[in-house]
Amino acid sequence: MHIVVDLNRCQGYAQCAFLAPGVFTMHGEESLLYTPVVPEEQRERVRRAVAACPVQAILVGEEAGTGAR
Amino acid sequence: MLGEPRADRIVIVGASLAGLRAAETLRAEGFTGSLTLIGDETHPPYDRPPLSKQVLLGKVAADRTGLPQRRRLDADWRLGVRAGGLDPVGKRVLLDDGADVPFDRLLIATGTRARPWPHPDEAALDGVFTLRTSGDAAALAARLDAGPRRVLVIGAGFTGSEIASACRERGLEVTVAERGPAPLVGALGGTLGELAAKLQRAHGVDLRCGVTVTALEGDGRLTGAQFSDGTRIDADIAVIALGAVRNTEWLAESGLAAGPRGVTCDAGCRAFDMYGIVTDDIFAAGDVARFPHPLFEYQLLSLEHWGNAVAQAEVAAHNMVSPGPRRRPHLTVPAFWSSQFGLNIKSVGVPTFSDQVVIAQGSLKDARLVAVYGYRGRVTAAVSVNQARSLDYYRHLIETAAPFPPAPGAADQRESPVPVPSDVPDPKLLSHGPTVALTGHLPDRRLTVVQPAR
Repeated sequence: MHIVVDLNRCQGYAQCAFLAPGVFTMHGEESLLYTPVVPEEQRERVRRAVAACPVQAILVGEEAGTGAR
Repeated sequence: MLGEPRADRIVIVGASLAGLRAAETLRAEGFTGSLTLIGDETHPPYDRPPLSKQVLLGKVAADRTGLPQRRRLDADWRLGVRAGGLDPVGKRVLLDDGADVPFDRLLIATGTRARPWPHPDEAALDGVFTLRTSGDAAALAARLDAGPRRVLVIGAGFTGSEIASACRERGLEVTVAERGPAPLVGALGGTLGELAAKLQRAHGVDLRCGVTVTALEGDGRLTGAQFSDGTRIDADIAVIALGAVRNTEWLAESGLAAGPRGVTCDAGCRAFDMYGIVTDDIFAAGDVARFPHPLFEYQLLSLEHWGNAVAQAEVAAHNMVSPGPRRRPHLTVPAFWSSQFGLNIKSVGVPTFSDQVVIAQGSLKDARLVAVYGYRGRVTAAVSVNQARSLDYYRHLIETAAPFPPAPGAADQRESPVPVPSDVPDPKLLSHGPTVALTGHLPDRRLTVVQPAR
């Protein structure tokens, strides 16, 4: 599971940082840092964070280009 | 148009963010033909913004920023091979490994690369880096881990400033050298440039503006640098953050309107040929594209922005599989963000397309504010510092060409509401290239530097 956050859209509500602090952390008051490759044990938390984001800025999916030669 | 637009061959050159999002959109819109993505890097598409932030801070490994895909692509990925040419008549992309790839429609999304240090001998010194690819970030992060005595960052645009911020956060000594009068001034103008300079110094950066680096010294290994004001420093790492070069050389013989400023295309992302005639089978998107935008008087814009790569790729892909009347224009208001020295800086519109700026909310003193930019009496951009939630409102003002200065009334407005000149310098005065280049014709403004092809 990989994630990317559209940080143009993100407004720093920090719901993700409450729900999945192992993946999303606030850096300063408003900036979000996150781990793009989600560890297995964090997946459920990340799914909840994706659903809870007020501006729906988190995109989740399998790694692009896997199986690329 | 020959063939069935939803079932023929589409080739995308450039396998990064724009190429990926275009491929997803093509499939989402029902394209069932063959889809080939060609990329010169060996990695599948990855996200670049974290490279100067999470990765340099040591929180994420450089090879762990792979992008998620939104759907199955059923694509042929040709990674690690560079496109070397384009035959627009035979409709083939020529690869450096000797192969050629035929297409019915082509998307050019080759992006940019880091502008190299102009002296190859100095650039080859151990300890001299650029930052554009995950490989660059891995090498630089490893050297920051080793605890250098001083890092020199050359160029104080967004990338250079973010690198300096990450170094200071790691407790490393940093010198930043910028030819212009302040950091970020090329993108944000004088008022916020001054704020950025104060911020860098408050965080312990040895910031030197109005100087150039005249020599990188070392014997195999970097040991220091000399400046145009006669001073020198010891440094064991130098990061060249001089902006980007558009990857258009492979199109030199193609007959397309492609050059150092990018690939010129129409609002529907269709590339122009060198005579200004629009093609109907070759499209462009992302950092490499140069397109007219009605909000900015139809000047040609090239944007080195994450959000533009996504939005333009989606429009280009839609138009590649849609008949004429169903095509869409790429009209998205430009937007970007930067995170540095504890601040979240976000921008909408084009701040360099301005003659005045006013602090509409908050204050410079608190480093929490919204600066609104105007051009000839209408709002053209807004930049927030730690106040991102206000920005949507100003985006609406830009989209509706609202009068500048905007009406007062923000509850937290503390600065003088009187606009001041926005002081956007000519980019040729800066160390780094502009991340937004306006290249239309306004007689009183020169916002790009023309570099003749070699």
